Amino acid sequence: MSFEPKIVGFCCNWCSYRGADLAGTARMKCSPNVRIIRVMCSGRVEPTFILKAFELGADGVLVLGCHPGDCHYVEGNYKAARRMPLLKKMLAQMGIEEDRVRLDWVSASEGDRFVAIVDEMTEKVRALGPFKNNFKEAKYG
Amino acid sequence: METPKIGVYVCHCGSNIAGTVDVQQVVEFAKKLDSVVVAREYKFMCSDPGQNMIKEDIKNLKLNRVVVASCSPLLHEPTFRHAVQEAGLNPYLFEMANIREQCSWTTEDHEKATEKAKALVSAAVKRVRYHQPLETKDVPVNPATLIVGGGIAGIQAALEIADAGHKVYLVEKDPSIGGHMIQFDKTFPTLDCSACILTPKMTSAGSHPNIELMTYSEVEDVSGFIGNFKVRVRKKARFVDEEKCNGCGVCMEKCPWKAPSEFDLGLGERKAIYTPFPQAVPNIPVIDKEHCVYFLRGRCRACEKFCERGAIDFEQQDKIVELEVGNIIIATGYDPFDPTPIVKYGYNRYPNVYTALEFERLCNAAGPTGGKIVLRDGSEPKSVAIIHCVGSRDENYHRYCSRVCCMYALKYSHLIKEKTEADVYQMYIDMRCFGKGYEEFYERLSKEGVKFIRGKVAEVTDRALTDEEKGKLIVCGEDTLLGTVIRVPVDMVILCIALEPRSDAKQVAQLFRISQGADGFFIERHPKLDPVATMTDGIFIAGCCQGPKDIPDTVAQASAAATRVLSLISKGKVELEATVAVIDEEKCSGCRVCNILCPYNAITFIEDKEVSRVNEALCKGCGTCVAACPSAAITHKHFTTEEIMAEIEGVLV
Ligand code: FES
Repeated sequence: MSFEPKIVGFCCNWCSYRGADLAGTARMKCSPNVRIIRVMCSGRVEPTFILKAFELGADGVLVLGCHPGDCHYVEGNYKAARRMPLLKKMLAQMGIEEDRVRLDWVSASEGDRFVAIVDEMTEKVRALGPFKNNFKEAKYG
Repeated sequence: METPKIGVYVCHCGSNIAGTVDVQQVVEFAKKLDSVVVAREYKFMCSDPGQNMIKEDIKNLKLNRVVVASCSPLLHEPTFRHAVQEAGLNPYLFEMANIREQCSWTTEDHEKATEKAKALVSAAVKRVRYHQPLETKDVPVNPATLIVGGGIAGIQAALEIADAGHKVYLVEKDPSIGGHMIQFDKTFPTLDCSACILTPKMTSAGSHPNIELMTYSEVEDVSGFIGNFKVRVRKKARFVDEEKCNGCGVCMEKCPWKAPSEFDLGLGERKAIYTPFPQAVPNIPVIDKEHCVYFLRGRCRACEKFCERGAIDFEQQDKIVELEVGNIIIATGYDPFDPTPIVKYGYNRYPNVYTALEFERLCNAAGPTGGKIVLRDGSEPKSVAIIHCVGSRDENYHRYCSRVCCMYALKYSHLIKEKTEADVYQMYIDMRCFGKGYEEFYERLSKEGVKFIRGKVAEVTDRALTDEEKGKLIVCGEDTLLGTVIRVPVDMVILCIALEPRSDAKQVAQLFRISQGADGFFIERHPKLDPVATMTDGIFIAGCCQGPKDIPDTVAQASAAATRVLSLISKGKVELEATVAVIDEEKCSGCRVCNILCPYNAITFIEDKEVSRVNEALCKGCGTCVAACPSAAITHKHFTTEEIMAEIEGVLV
């Protein structure tokens, strides 16, 4: 049996969560590996959420917000985006491959885009193989 | 924390969930989860018996937390929160697992779907343990309403709200209200004169004591929230004092300078000081700086000399007006599609190829030709081809159907037949006559001798192959019913152009924080059940800004939007979200990072205590400050770090 990665997906309430719902309403099929946690805005996603997910056994983390300029709270998604480079640096130091974390944008009407991102992410993480958790020594906040 | 006693309810949703997810397995799985007292399944949890099941369990088993695994919380969270509340629990002690939209509907493999459903249920169960009872707060609704766009949709909504006794600010970017409808000649299928039925409404909007017209104005900024919006409007300088002008029109008569008339789509002319059309509301002209010779070269001022009331004011500046309103209706309408890019149809290359809107003006008695249907050289056409679906139902432009073109095309046939001797050809793909009396109108026109040719037109050309075609426009295509290639020589071609989102739709969407669909039109809250509200509370949409529609549908939607606003006004208050951020002043280090991050300026720094504090009435609960606080001093109610961490743990079972 092929490896089925576990991916945690954070979706903002206003665009990406609705895009995910729309994919379902339109009966589009996508890989079931991404499990969505709803937050009000992508700006709510703390770097520690992502680290926690890896610690608890996730193989990848997907953060989806509204398109730039469309955030329901004006610019939460920009703030999420600004945190990313720093987090990625930290992940690299911890030996977590870059492709295991992805921040992207999906609008409420883009069910197809949601499906494409989820499928792509699943395949990338599948190719990377299971994430080996060596967090024991690495302490974080 | 009290010991959690959780009830889990898994919905079949008929076969929508149960057809893919093994509901029984999920229930068995849920029973074994920590703190779960009871787990049940039911055909339709949202039905009365389904809800009663939860209520009974809360009473009998003393449940203090509830999880329902069913559809998206965006659909039924309010339903179940209400049910839980009726049984005496705080509505926030509830959590929903989305196992339909995000599980059964998107997953083919039954086993994988069941696994995913279990993970989502486990996440909800783990999360709900941390839920705290929350209280919502009421804030009063400002009874004034802002309506953006003065077409038929905006006018209709404004009149309904104003007639009910409430203040309306009707903002229109053009110098007069009226929108596209006032440009039309007749309306289908009744053939009423468009202006005759619209102008009475325009005048009542203009003179209504409860309506403040703000024409030649644009909304620049919107802040606040439902019940309490603050809006900044720019009133562009007209260079005419609205208080002094009595609309006598002498200025327009005396002005020696001309410019192409926007209202007549450049087919006619207007003066540099002008009202777009004679029945303009308000009947106050504007000076077009681009064409006024005083502004261009510093001489003339003829209008000023002749204005007896001294209303001309060349020094006038734009004015910024701040408004406070409780609700907003957006009725910004559409743009007519510009067919120039479809080169093969010859628009802008052959003078006798017209767009539909141009033809409306040509037909109109107040239009540039006085209502005579004539070619550019003034002669009457002997044959006219009307090409359907120009820019609509076309992969390269708009995939959607613009809904009104078939009908106005029929209307044109009738008008051409009535006013000229010309042969009329309808080049259509499908005839879509869906409205009341529309099919009957189609039948009537078939009897009036209009020729219907089914097939997409390939090209309009002036390259004649026969003598008969010389000097004509030849419409080439295929008659798909006969299966033959056709060439129809005509004198005039009318393009039934698509209705498309306004060119500034994106800016408008961002300004009001509403969303656009893939086609660019604004998205309603629910495509079936809530076609007038948007995702932003207190902001409604009406008319073609939401999608192409005819006048009756526009009026119906505008009235619906007005009714929604009126019901909020009569309720008088709205509940504020309880899911706001709070700062623990003990933990706050006073770094002020959150102060800068907050998009609503809801966080202030208390100088003497050296801590930050959230104003709950302004906080919208995005959680950005929570994520950024280096001291972890901020809690996002109902989205606490604990709750989300528990959810992460849950989905990773
Ligand atoms: S609400 Fe979607 S990213 Fe902010």
